[in-house]
Amino acid sequence: MALYSEKVMDHFRNPRNVGIIEDADGIGEVGNAKCGDIMKMYLKIRDGIIQDVKFETFGCGSAIASSSMATELIKGKPVSEAMTLTNKAVAEALDGLPDYKMHCSVLAEEAIQSALEDWRRKTGEAAPEAE
Amino acid sequence: MIYADNAATTRMSEAAMQTMISVMRENYGNPSSLYAFGQRSKEILEEARETVARVLGARSREIIFTGGGSESDNQAIRSAAALGREKGKMHIVSTAFEHHAVLHVLERLKKEGFEVTLVDVHSDGLVRPEEVEAALREDTCLVTVMFANNEIGTVQPIREIGEICRRRGVLFHTDAVQALGHIPVRVDDLPVDFLSASAHKFHGPKGVGFLYARQGVRLLPLIEGGAQERGRRAGTENTAGIAAMAVALQEAAEHLGERAEKTARLRDRLIRGLSEIPHCALNGDPVHRLPGNVSFCFEGIEGESLLLLLDDRGIAASSGSACTSGSLDPSHVLLAIGRVHDVAHGSLRLSIDETLTEEEADEIISSVKEVVAYLRGFSPVWRDLESGKTPHIL
Repeated sequence: MALYSEKVMDHFRNPRNVGIIEDADGIGEVGNAKCGDIMKMYLKIRDGIIQDVKFETFGCGSAIASSSMATELIKGKPVSEAMTLTNKAVAEALDGLPDYKMHCSVLAEEAIQSALEDWRRKTGEAAPEAE
Repeated sequence: MIYADNAATTRMSEAAMQTMISVMRENYGNPSSLYAFGQRSKEILEEARETVARVLGARSREIIFTGGGSESDNQAIRSAAALGREKGKMHIVSTAFEHHAVLHVLERLKKEGFEVTLVDVHSDGLVRPEEVEAALREDTCLVTVMFANNEIGTVQPIREIGEICRRRGVLFHTDAVQALGHIPVRVDDLPVDFLSASAHKFHGPKGVGFLYARQGVRLLPLIEGGAQERGRRAGTENTAGIAAMAVALQEAAEHLGERAEKTARLRDRLIRGLSEIPHCALNGDPVHRLPGNVSFCFEGIEGESLLLLLDDRGIAASSGSACTSGSLDPSHVLLAIGRVHDVAHGSLRLSIDETLTEEEADEIISSVKEVVAYLRGFSPVWRDLESGKTPHIL
């Protein structure tokens, strides 16, 4: 029995949207103080649309896969939609995570939300964003 | 596959496997039965006991067959604690980096009223005998210190610790699960009262091991029931597994010198190669070390990712990372030698045997180098280290 689903392994082996955005509009960095995993998200936002998103992650296979999947789920989407991204959606899109790895998907949700908050702070956009 | 996880378990030796199959097929009788067929099984059992005793430098009656290392640890500690309690001695000395088969028993005993002192294992992963002595009290009933550590491979000064215990009249147990069959271990030459061993760590079968208990030292059963093992371990004996264990141990003892030498050469080749990776460190003393253990921490990466990518390249290894532990905490061993959480997160353990080739060792080195560089390439921790935002530790 494999530790992870095929989907998780695919996103772990070939992570999408890896890297940084030099002139990002929003940056979010979160960490799980206990396990030690750290995720950093970079957003490029134009006209309320997430034009580009990149991530860097220090963590296990499911942390890397969760970051990658989260970026895919919000790229090209309106900010309003990204704001509703949940860890459950990330985990489901990965065909599930082992119970003791669910916190990795929580970290991905938090990293996205933290980057969106950073963007709001910088631009003075009111939350929640109108469509 | 390049198998570099022999500290987790080993491949069974062909001779041990053949013995096991043959005993299961030909000698399935119960050693407790009185007819000849049963008595033949009893003979096989006692021959195995003699073999184990001979290799260990013990008497046959001092060997109790068990279901493995964890059971042996549990029994030795529980028995010494119960006998200690009878005399009002309820203090036990151990170390912070013991196997969980020891530490969790000690935790349980604490709940039952015992006091436990865990001595420091220092950054080199070595226990200081004088610190063990300093921890002894009038009411100390047991000292338990592992022979060699399972994660970082450091070999402890068992003789010195044993001599102190002998002098002070305290029982001494050592978990020799990682040591036996790999480095010289003889109880006629060492002052130990109890010694735990597990067959599958020296090319024997899983689910079988033994406990050495020095003659004259009382040992209480952990498993109550029939009179097997002279009342010290109930349950019909795993004759096939025990016979196979004896064959594997005999074989390991016969080849110990040459195998250890060859394995240590490969170990040092791996250590040299991996040391070229920037900002890494070997865990544990390089000299007082099992011949097959290579343990590193790499800054800026996490161990489970490293293991998965090594697995993709056909390399089976292990890590003390929090992500691989099933809990959220990194290895207690790495924390005990003073590695901080972030660094302990990026650990890799390779445990090899003499069948590894130099080519395979070189393949491991180049694969680890590649994977570490790749993972650092998108690690925010590594970015902060490299930009100077946070200082390098290693």
